[in-house]
Amino acid sequence: MPEKKLPRPAGTGRKRPAAARLRLGVQLGWSALTNGYLAGFVQGKIYTGPAKSLCVPGLNCYSCPGALGACPLGALQATVGSAGYQMAFYAVGFLMAVGAVLGRFVCGFLCPFGLVQDLLYRIPLPGKKKKGKLLPGDRVLRKARYVLLVVFCLLLPMAAVDVVGQGSPWFCQYVCPSGTLLGSVPLLTANAALRSAIGPLWVWKMALMAVLLALGTLYYRPFCRYLCPLGAVYGLFNPVSLYKIRVDEAACIRCGRCRAICGFDIPVWQRPNSPECIRCGRCVEACPTGALRMGFSVHRRPTRYDLAP
Amino acid sequence: MSARGKNLAAAGLLALGLGMMALGLWRGEATVVWRKAAQICLECIGLA
Ligand code: SF4
Ligand code: SF4
Repeated sequence: MPEKKLPRPAGTGRKRPAAARLRLGVQLGWSALTNGYLAGFVQGKIYTGPAKSLCVPGLNCYSCPGALGACPLGALQATVGSAGYQMAFYAVGFLMAVGAVLGRFVCGFLCPFGLVQDLLYRIPLPGKKKKGKLLPGDRVLRKARYVLLVVFCLLLPMAAVDVVGQGSPWFCQYVCPSGTLLGSVPLLTANAALRSAIGPLWVWKMALMAVLLALGTLYYRPFCRYLCPLGAVYGLFNPVSLYKIRVDEAACIRCGRCRAICGFDIPVWQRPNSPECIRCGRCVEACPTGALRMGFSVHRRPTRYDLAP
Repeated sequence: MSARGKNLAAAGLLALGLGMMALGLWRGEATVVWRKAAQICLECIGLA
């Protein structure tokens, strides 16, 4: 709730603050590092080495020609749908361990599809139109990612099995835009044999991806907020994860600037560890009194307000 | 929950997660993951 007019704090002007540039650098560097199999893009094939048994934290399709690791959501569906396994200790344990330490920091820094959406959101709209934050029906739509997690990533792969007891990765098959954009598009571009197998399912996935990408130019990360089961899992860890935001109640003046700058409209002073927060750090930069602190440590940084006579 | 309680909960979840990963590795789940990830996943790219 805005109460007081304050001078614009450092780091919220037109020039991108250092923390935002650092985040973009980490996103680009991590995505390049974990998708560094360049021969795959040229030859229309994928990396098949032993590293493919290791999960990466973000939504990173293992059928991306450059992918060096495995998508944890794909790994989860592959294991629960695999005859003779059903339980996925490896993938669930991985999600739990990463979630307990980082929470949705993964979304803000280590997810290639999150990076794609961040870049889309930077595209200016014609006539300098203002971008939206939340879609109409946000409260209901927000639940969709949990439905996709439980039904498409767990129940259907486990229960809808063929004669040999093998299930399908339903989320990958019918929804995942990361597989379409980072897997299908580059693979099919470079591989004529795969192109010849295009059918109605491919058309559906391309259409869904196109809608999500178009929405991503108008609203901040709509796929992350409404549909991503991986973000849903990590979000559950946000309230306890070791990496978190802390609010110094004594320093907070409830000016609302953190909420105003947050792409997800989170009232950070009230819900600093909301399951929606991707730890982008924009609120921390924007806070004029330094009341917000993000990281593993608990100490508040001194600000120019502390130093003022 | 206090800040200390939350940190303890996170440490417990981390330990549980690592334990589950070890159990999964022992069950051979990493091989299942590798078999899926080291072949072009036709479902992922919308061809099956
Ligand atoms: S919500 Fe999903 S797609 Fe978005 S950044 Fe997180 S893991 Fe990636
Ligand atoms: S609450 Fe802060 S760190 Fe979280 S998404 Fe919003 S601006 Fe980013």
